Amino acid sequence: MKRLRIMGLVMGLALAAAFCAAQANAEELTGTLKKIKETGVINIGYRDSSIPFSYLDDNQKPIGFAIDICLKIVDAVKKELKLDKLTVEFNPVTSSTRIPLLANGTIDLECGSTTNNPDRLKQVAFTNTHFLTATRFVSKKSSKLNSIEDLKGKSVASTSGTTNIKQLTEANAARNLGINIIPAKEHAESFLMVETDRAVAAVLDDILLASFAAGSKDPGAYVISTDAFSKPEPYGIMLRKDDPAFKKVADQATAALYQSAEGQKLYDKWFMQKIPPKGLNLNVPIGAELKKAFAKPTDSPDPDSYKAM
Amino acid sequence: MFANFDFDVIRRSLGYLFFDGMTFTLTLTSLATFGGIIFGTSIALMRLSGVWLLSRVAGLYVDLMRSLPLVLVIFWFYFLVPYIGQWLTGASRPIRVGAFASSLITFTIFEAAYFSEIMRAGIQSISKGQPAAAQALGLTYGQTMRYVVLPQAFRNMLPVLLTQTIVLFQDTSLVYVLSIPDFLGAASKVAQRDGRLVEMYLFSAAVYFAISCVASFGVRRLQARIAFVH
Amino acid sequence: MNYHWNWRVFWEPAPNGTGNYLDMLLSGLVLTIETAICAWIIALVTGAVVGVLRTLPSKTASGFGFAYVEFFRNMPLLVQLFLWFFVLPELVPHSWGLWLKQLPNAPFYTAAIGIGLFMSARVAEQTRSGIGALPRGQKLAATALGLTTAQTYRYVLLPMAFRIILPPLTSEFLSTIKNTSVAITIGLVELTAEARAMQEFSFQVFEAFTAATVLYLMVNIVVVIAMRFVERGVAIPGYITGK
Repeated sequence: MKRLRIMGLVMGLALAAAFCAAQANAEELTGTLKKIKETGVINIGYRDSSIPFSYLDDNQKPIGFAIDICLKIVDAVKKELKLDKLTVEFNPVTSSTRIPLLANGTIDLECGSTTNNPDRLKQVAFTNTHFLTATRFVSKKSSKLNSIEDLKGKSVASTSGTTNIKQLTEANAARNLGINIIPAKEHAESFLMVETDRAVAAVLDDILLASFAAGSKDPGAYVISTDAFSKPEPYGIMLRKDDPAFKKVADQATAALYQSAEGQKLYDKWFMQKIPPKGLNLNVPIGAELKKAFAKPTDSPDPDSYKAM
Repeated sequence: MFANFDFDVIRRSLGYLFFDGMTFTLTLTSLATFGGIIFGTSIALMRLSGVWLLSRVAGLYVDLMRSLPLVLVIFWFYFLVPYIGQWLTGASRPIRVGAFASSLITFTIFEAAYFSEIMRAGIQSISKGQPAAAQALGLTYGQTMRYVVLPQAFRNMLPVLLTQTIVLFQDTSLVYVLSIPDFLGAASKVAQRDGRLVEMYLFSAAVYFAISCVASFGVRRLQARIAFVH
Repeated sequence: MNYHWNWRVFWEPAPNGTGNYLDMLLSGLVLTIETAICAWIIALVTGAVVGVLRTLPSKTASGFGFAYVEFFRNMPLLVQLFLWFFVLPELVPHSWGLWLKQLPNAPFYTAAIGIGLFMSARVAEQTRSGIGALPRGQKLAATALGLTTAQTYRYVLLPMAFRIILPPLTSEFLSTIKNTSVAITIGLVELTAEARAMQEFSFQVFEAFTAATVLYLMVNIVVVIAMRFVERGVAIPGYITGK
């Protein structure tokens, strides 16, 4: 009798433990969602001068197309975790610090002008694409530089940590151009080098070049090359790798946004209307490829998958 | 040459430069000095203790920090501290450390090596009679250090410690490499946004010069007053 | 810790087509050493002159020396490099400015001159304290022998002063090597910059910076040992600096 009682007690305890564990597993959050729930804070990485995706306005506050998309993701996270209050903290990042800061936990989302490509997918993950852009160069009209071959032997600026500087470096080696590559810390600095004649050209994503040229003191003096270093590549918002729960929330939020009318309005707000701080209107209508990518949101890193029908 | 000098850009950004930039720089300098001196004094005591292991570890630490460029150390700690935090506290993910905290840790640990050399020189300059007398009076090692040796060493080395603080103040400008907004970083941001490099950099140079000049003048006055004959 | 270690990354080809990542780091090291040596030569020559100026009896000379040292010591090195690199070309006549900006190795020359002048203030201070550490009798005896001021400095004071300050000068040289890393901000692609570039291209943060750390330590050890030989070589037996 006594043995049975003891066995029963042990079985009961084991069942209770299993039940508790199962309960815990059912509620258990992992990765970024866990961190957000525990700390009540989500950290967003923003850029200084990636107009109009993520930049500082006159009051040094981060604004932009990508920032607005990220705030939508934050709303989705808040709903998912059923939080009353979710504090959003903004952290400045540059092209070269964004991946290490995402990996070491300083930021949870990187909202800027980051290209989604297979190389980076080894270190981080991306959510649905929010823009497509190719790598081109800007130069002063007076320099009369039309093709990439014209850059032979000259000084060319680009921003460190970007796919642009990597493509420039590779093209320089492959085509034996003898270009003196000047690495700059931020996009504004790259463009400033061309403005002050320190470099004859700056190699960046063409949308960023358009923004800088349009916002400069003398927009008519600059020309963006038709020659490109790459096919149009997708921009995505970065998150940590191996974090499927958080990615699901981000993917759902961005897909819902892009497919809705709100997404179209958001695009127009930043690309077809006057934007702070100087009231510039970039006037870039939504291209066929991007329209397709909004209708059917995808996080593919392959430029070929974005070709219009 | 100065025809286009735009004083207005300086005037417009004064608030941002001083309230955001300079407060960052000054807070970092004072906290890192405080932490650096405390940590540095412990390292100096470790080196001067009779224990071979402590002495060697402290010696290696000082040699390592003094051989590396500050820029490299800033990069190391910025990317590394969250992982170290995770390892130290056994957390499941890297500990989130912001820009200020990371800079503070970097400068405290880096400058502590220099402060420790200064304090070591200070402690060694105290005549042997002092700790001997303390021992004769029955004070323990800890009490000797706390009440007899360290106060005198500190007072003797105060001008050198303050000079090192001025060096620290100037070194904080190096957080520029990570786009962290200290005074120079703030000036740089305004300069690049408005295309006014000349005005902003000349202004920053003038401000740093003024502050360092006043500070080193103060240290010289202090040195004259504090000097006394043993 | 979800960081992917990959120590073999050093043998992977670098995107700039000049070999593998190790070659990239070594080319940065070469540039570091070149910049440091050029800067040090400028620092020694200028610093010695200013240091001597500070010890001269003439009020204007010592005043100039004092102002020079204060000017270069009270500004951070980074700010000084910015002034040389960004501000100077804008302040000189337009065509000179354009020439300066388009110079093919502008960061190198700017870094060498900027760091050289920054360190020259410290060399000047060392020289001044070295001369001050000599017994007063030396200068008096030289005058008694009929040597002019210039000859006194050249044959009596400076040889001894330099031997006295050789150890602090060694640490100033090591400082110069470390300060070359500040030139990363004006685009000089020296060792720290190459390590950073390697980190950006390959995402292997720790491997890149560990390699840079090891290389700096090695340079340090080589310089310290070399200077020890120099010290022993120039030492005068029987003097405080001779061993």
